[in-house]
This record gives sequence, structure tokens and C-alpha cells, in this order.
Amino acid sequence: MNALQQYIDLYDESREVIEDQSPELLNALRPAAREQLATARLPRKGSEDYEATDLEAVFAHDYGVNVNRLPFDADPAETFHCDVPNMSTCLYYTSNDAFHSSATAERNIGQVVVEPFSMAAVDYPELMSAYYGKLAKMSDPTVALNTLLVQDGLFIYVPDGVVAERPIQLVNIFNAALDMMVQRRLLIIVGKNASIKLLACDHSQSADYHYLSNQVIEIVAMQGSTLDYYDMEESTPKTSRVSSIYVNQHEDSNVLIDGITLTNGFTRNNYHVEVNGEHAETHLLGMTIASGEQHVDSHTFISHNAPRCHSNEMFKYVLNDNAVGAFAGKILVKPNCPRVEAYQGNRNLCGAPTAKMYTKPQLEIYTDDVMCSHGSAVGQLDEEALFYMRTRGIGIDEARRLLMQAFVADVIDGVRLDALKDRLHYLVEKRFAGTLSNCAGCMASCKNS
Amino acid sequence: MKESEKPEKGNQIIEEAAQAEYKYGFVTDIETEVIPKGLDEDVVRRISALKGEPEWLLEFRLKAYRHWLTLKAPTWGHVHVPEIDYQAISYYAAPRQKAANDKKEIDPELKKTFDKLGIPLEEQLRLSGMAVDAVMDSVSVKTTYRERLAELGVIFCSISEAVKDYPDLVRKYLGKVVPYTDNFYAALNSAVFSDGSFVYIPKGVRCPMELSTYFRINAAQTGQFERTLIVADDDAYVSYLEGCTAPMRDENQLHAAIVEIVVEDRAEVKYSTVQNWYPGDKDGKGGIYNLVTKRGLCRGDHSKLSWTQVETGSAITWKYPSCVLKGDHSVGEFYSVALTNNWQEADTGTKMIHLGKHSTSTIVSKGISAGHSQNSYRGMVKIAPKATGCRNFTQCDSLLLSDTSGAHTFPVIEVGNDTSVVEHEATTSKINEDQIFYCNQRGISTEDAVGLIVNGYAKEVMAKLPMEFAVEAQKLLSVSLEGAVG
Repeated sequence: MNALQQYIDLYDESREVIEDQSPELLNALRPAAREQLATARLPRKGSEDYEATDLEAVFAHDYGVNVNRLPFDADPAETFHCDVPNMSTCLYYTSNDAFHSSATAERNIGQVVVEPFSMAAVDYPELMSAYYGKLAKMSDPTVALNTLLVQDGLFIYVPDGVVAERPIQLVNIFNAALDMMVQRRLLIIVGKNASIKLLACDHSQSADYHYLSNQVIEIVAMQGSTLDYYDMEESTPKTSRVSSIYVNQHEDSNVLIDGITLTNGFTRNNYHVEVNGEHAETHLLGMTIASGEQHVDSHTFISHNAPRCHSNEMFKYVLNDNAVGAFAGKILVKPNCPRVEAYQGNRNLCGAPTAKMYTKPQLEIYTDDVMCSHGSAVGQLDEEALFYMRTRGIGIDEARRLLMQAFVADVIDGVRLDALKDRLHYLVEKRFAGTLSNCAGCMASCKNS
Repeated sequence: MKESEKPEKGNQIIEEAAQAEYKYGFVTDIETEVIPKGLDEDVVRRISALKGEPEWLLEFRLKAYRHWLTLKAPTWGHVHVPEIDYQAISYYAAPRQKAANDKKEIDPELKKTFDKLGIPLEEQLRLSGMAVDAVMDSVSVKTTYRERLAELGVIFCSISEAVKDYPDLVRKYLGKVVPYTDNFYAALNSAVFSDGSFVYIPKGVRCPMELSTYFRINAAQTGQFERTLIVADDDAYVSYLEGCTAPMRDENQLHAAIVEIVVEDRAEVKYSTVQNWYPGDKDGKGGIYNLVTKRGLCRGDHSKLSWTQVETGSAITWKYPSCVLKGDHSVGEFYSVALTNNWQEADTGTKMIHLGKHSTSTIVSKGISAGHSQNSYRGMVKIAPKATGCRNFTQCDSLLLSDTSGAHTFPVIEVGNDTSVVEHEATTSKINEDQIFYCNQRGISTEDAVGLIVNGYAKEVMAKLPMEFAVEAQKLLSVSLEGAVG
């Protein structure tokens, strides 16, 4: 079986339609992707780096692909309203894979550029051609597939020295009344000494259909820049996501990526960070709360290619019911990169006999003068702490909830956006209490209006 | 210290370290019977015939050989095993003993060899010593203390003799822990294995002395494929040691062994290795490819298996002594010090497979890399869904002594239930400059300070070795490290 074949065939059939509707820049990379896919196979469960995850099975489902880019429903910006307290973000929407901006987005005009590839190819052709498809590795079949079929994407550019006042919020929504796969693509360029905070939320409007989002995000952080990327997933059990984030960091840059999964079906997150400048800082955080049949697999790779850089990773999983969690992280320190400090932590709670956790922390070090460590633990809540709380009159369920909240608290505290931090504490509390509705996490609060 | 000064100093010290002699590199001039190079079914039949084996064993070998033909050499290790021409190796080499008609006498030349290596083959000289099985190339030369052990019912002999004298026991256990289908090198070994030790400790017997096997490669252009099988019946205890050396040669030699251990109810086996095969010269020329499969099955409840290894030799080491913890409350332990220098590559670690309830395992791995070497820890801790209440603790530390060496860790953890606890910690760093400075202040030279710190670093593992081995291992560590200050 080769699940990729159906998409390759689709491309071969509708090549002209796809290319007509896309900027030339995107079309230029398609032949290479097509060639790569001719021999590529999606990894099966048990293959290297996919110990718990079967991508072949995920892509094998017969998804619809909106090749003709037919519009769905009304413009979401008209029906969705952002009224989250204390979060005056600049709001943008991706409905399936079509981009919409909202009224609040106007506030950033003149500073931060947020526009679809179709416009960016005209406005910033040099930047687009310099960076599009340059970081993402086509050797990953999901990246090649994205490159083959993607018709548009979102271009975010913060010019040199610009400090974005408001965070940018991007709400990705699936709203199709059929099973559907979309290719989402982001290119983020943060100029010298520029700074931006970004929040992406993934939602599915219907729990009845199978959705698959295959997304590729390329991030370039120039000298002295700061980027926060928060990625929150609150989708449905039938929604699958394969997300690959590629980061290129220059000297003195500071990048924080925080992946939060509260509800989902299947998720595979790939983080690939190349640290190319001295004194660069990288923070990768991850928090997963999974129950039912949820499946969350995170894979990180940080390559330290320059001396004196610093990286820090912390991933926490709370697994209940039949949930499956997987974490694999690799820290690479190349030769002649002294004084690198790299830490990696993975802590997991298995709360049910049928929950499964796979973890593979790895170090690959080729320079002696470094401080690198990783730690990984799988366990349960502390019985003594539970007992203590019960002697104080706190019921067992409540005590468990409190301890689980405390367990993930340090990942939430790593968030460098106060309003989001508070909101996350609240959402996690609701998630553990089982009262989190499908839309509660979305700061767009779409259905409330 | 200025950054710019560092590489020069490092190079000078590495050079000094490289000059440390490999003192077991001599060749014994003894007549050796070597079968022609190459491998096919006839060679397998010939080895079997030379050893006078029964039909079932030949069948086992042939099945393994046919399976081997379908396999490809694994490439996932963090080592660079060049393409090995399996037709350019001779699969059987036996030193021809002059006094072959009298089994009690051993060839003086052979005795001299083992004396030179410090292995006591004459029982009267070392009354307090341990029982030794000495293996040169493909055959066991002599096993000491057999009679005394036999009084207790302990069987300790070479595997070829065991096949003749205790065929039922061997047949019952051979290939049960490491089947010939296990991996490429295990299949090869199962097809052409030569000698090794066989140990059987009967019910309730505590073996009164350390059992030891000493492996020596002597003949050129041969491979050594030894096979060891240890069985500890209910309530038995044995401590088993293994040592190995080889001559210095320019070409690489292959060593692909299998060790199988079965531990029954409440029994305990302690397996210690000091691996000192020839590591190659300072330019990475020559040396042994040490590609072995070692696995123990803790079959009984409350059984215990403990692996301790000190790895200082071999050009390439690819070895994962593992425990399958099948019995409830069974215990698996793995303590390892792996030191690589010059161009050595080591990829070693363990697998702890928890199948029994309340089984526990401990892994302590200390890697030290100097020169241009690459040192990896690769391990797996797997807890089956039904293995409730299990506990594992893993610690793997790496020490880097030069900026051209590499240290890597690749652990895999799979937990299938909610009552087990697994912990893993790993750190990588160089020797703390403050500690060296402190020693210097007190008049200890930098070189001695490094020796002290490294020995202290490895002490946790060394403490697990039997006394005599610990002394040897400690010496070995300081010789291998001589001058290696980063």
C-alpha cells in the first residue's frame, strides 16, 4: 500500500488547475517535490523516529482535496468575533486553507506584514524567493506532499527593528461538510532586532467529518530578533494534523515555540531548529493533555551549529484512557561549538492502565566543552501527596486534578504572554474537569456572538 | 586558558595518550590448524564435523546459515563498520597441541601465552584462584577446577565438550534466549560458532568460586565466534567473568559472539566483562570488530541478572547485553564503563524488557571519549502492558576529554501501563576545570588529577566488579587514559 499515490495521481490529473491558481514561486518547487515523492513512502509504525505513529494509515483515508479552491460558507471574519478579555490581538483566519483577515488586523498596517503568498509574491518577491521552501526538508514525504499540493500560504514579515505591539493571532478552522485534507503553509521572517508574538489556534467546526491538516511552517529569525510562537490545538477526535516547523536562527536571536494540545484526534509535531549564530537562545515547550483515543507525537531536533548558544526543551504529557503519547528529541552539537548549553526534559504521567507513552531523548555531541543533559520520566501522581490532600478533606478526584494542574504548570509558566498564560491556566483547569467545550479554547469565541 | 591555546594542547596530549602501549599485542608462535577461508554450507558442515557434533546441532547450524544468507548487516549503529568480506575470513582455527594425546598436559607454548596474559592455568599455583576456561581462537585450551566443581554438581566446561557430555541440557537451552533469527551477527554466529563456555549450576547450589573464561584471538585472518551458555537453576548463584585480548595487527579481525543466560526461580547470575581486544593503533589502523549479542532471560520469579562491563578495547564495539525480565519480581542490572580513544567507535548499552509484574531494573552507563573516538549509549526500557508495578532507573553520563571526540545517547522508553515508573537521566560534559584546578593546587599534576577524576567518575561501576577484576579494570582505565587531558 502507498497512501501517497492517490495524491500524486491527483496532482498529475489536475496539475494545470493547481498551477493556474498559485504564484509562480510555489509552482517552481513542485517538480522537485513530485520527483521526491515518486520513490518516497510514508513511515509506518515502528520505523526509526516513528515508533508509535503510523503516518501511512493517517494519509490512507480518502480525503477530499479542494483543488479548485471553491469557497466555503461565508467569510469567517464576519461571523467570528474576537472578544477575549485582555487579548487585543490582530486576528487572522484560515478557513480550511483559504486566508481571511479581520477588522482588527488593520491595526498592524505599516509595521508587520501579514498577507497571503499570492500577494506577498508581488509585494516581496525577493524575500519570498530567498526563503520559501529553503528550510523545510523535502526528504520528509509530508513536506514534499505539502510542497506539491499547496496553493497558497501565509507570509508574515516583521521588518528590521520593528517591535510588534500586539500579538498576532491566527485561527485555523476546518469548516467543510465532507472529509478533507488541506495543505497549510506559513513563512515567518523576523528581521534584525525585530520582535513578534504569534498565537495559532487549530479548530474543527464539525466533529462528524475526518479532517487532515498537513502543515509546514518555515521561520527565519534574524540577528537579535525575538519570536514567540504559541500553537494551540483544540480540534475534534476525527481531526488529524501533521505539523513540521523549521527554524533558522541567527546570532542573538531568541525563539520560543510552545505546542499545546488539549483536544485532538491524531497529531504529529516535528520541530527542526538550526541554530546558526552565537548567543542564540531556543526554547521549545510542549504540553499535552490526552484522553480517549487521542494520539500526540512530538519530535524535536535542535542542531547547534555555532558556539555559545543555549537551548532548553520541556515537554509534558498527561495521558488517560487509551491515549498514546510519544516524544523523541535530539540535541546535536556540531564540532567546534564550545560553550553550548542544552537541556531537554520530558515528564509524563500515565493515568490509566491502557495509556501508553513512548519516549526517546537523544544527545549527539561532537564538542567537549559543553553542558548538555536530558532527563525523561514516566510515572504516576505521588501517592503521598494525594493522601495528604485527602487528609485535608479534598476529594480524590479534586486532589488528582490539582496535582495534574500543578504538574503542567511550569510549561504554562514558560509562556511569555501574560494574558495567554492566565487563559491557559483556566483552560487546563476546565480540561481536567472535563468541562472544556470544543470552542472554549478559541479566543475568537465564535459561537458566542 | 585562552581558546586559541586549547587545540594545540589537546593534540599534544592525545599524541601522548596514543603512545600508551597495548601490552597484550604479542603473537604466539604456535602451529595452528586453520581451515581455508570462505563460507558456504560445506564449511559449516566441516566445522561441525571437526567438532564431532551430533546431527541436531548441524541442522541448527545449517538453518542459521540459510537464514543468514537472507539478511543484511545492520547499519543503524553509530559506528562505521566497513563492508566485511565474509569470504575472506577463516571460520575455524585451532592451535595444534603437541601433547594432544594426554589431555591433562597442555602445550608449554600455550601455557606460556596465558602466563604472559596473567591467566592461571596451573591449579596448584593458584589454590585460592578462580576456575578458568581458556579459549584460543576457535577451541578451548583448558578448563581448570572442573573436578572440584563437579563435586557440587556444577558443570563448567567448553561448549564443545558440553555438546558431547550433556547433549540434553545444551539442546534444551541453546538458541532459546538468542534465536538464530535474532540479528545478522547472531545468525552468523549460530552457523559457525566455535568454542565458548557452558555453565550449569544445579538447584540450590551457590558456586563457591568465580568462573572465568579468557578469550584470545591469535591466528591471523580468522574470526572468533564464541558461544557461551549459562544456566542457573532454582536458587543457584554464580559469578562469571570474561576477559579478552588479541595481538596487534594491521588488518581488522571480526569477533561475533553470542552469550545466552537463563536464570530460574530465585537464582542469581552476575556476569562481568573486561573487554580489551586490540583497539587499533593511533591512526585507527587494525583492531577488532567486536559485534556481539548478549542476552539473559530471567525466567523465574525473584531471579536476578547483573551485567557489568568495562569496555576499553576493540576498534568497533556493537554490543547490548540485555535482560528479559519474565519472572515476577525479577531484577535486571547493567553497569557499564566504556572508554574510547584514538579512532575507536563504541555503540553499547542495554535493553531491559519488563514482562513480569514488579520487575525492577537499574542501568548505570559511563562513557568516556578521548582522541577522535565516538562513544554512544543506546538503550531500551520497555514495560509491557501486563507488567504492572515495574520500576526502572537509568543514568548515563558521558565525559568528553577532547574536542574532536563525540558522545551520544540514544535511549528508548516505552511504558505500557499506569503503575510503573521509569526514570532516565543523561548528562554530557567535559571534566570540571575547577576540580582539576583544585587538584593542581594541592600538588597533583593535571594528568594524575584526570586519572583521579575519571576513576571517581567510574567508581559506581567498578564497585560492582569482583575484586580481582576491579584491580585489573582500574589499571586498564589508567593505561588507556594515560595523558588524555582535555
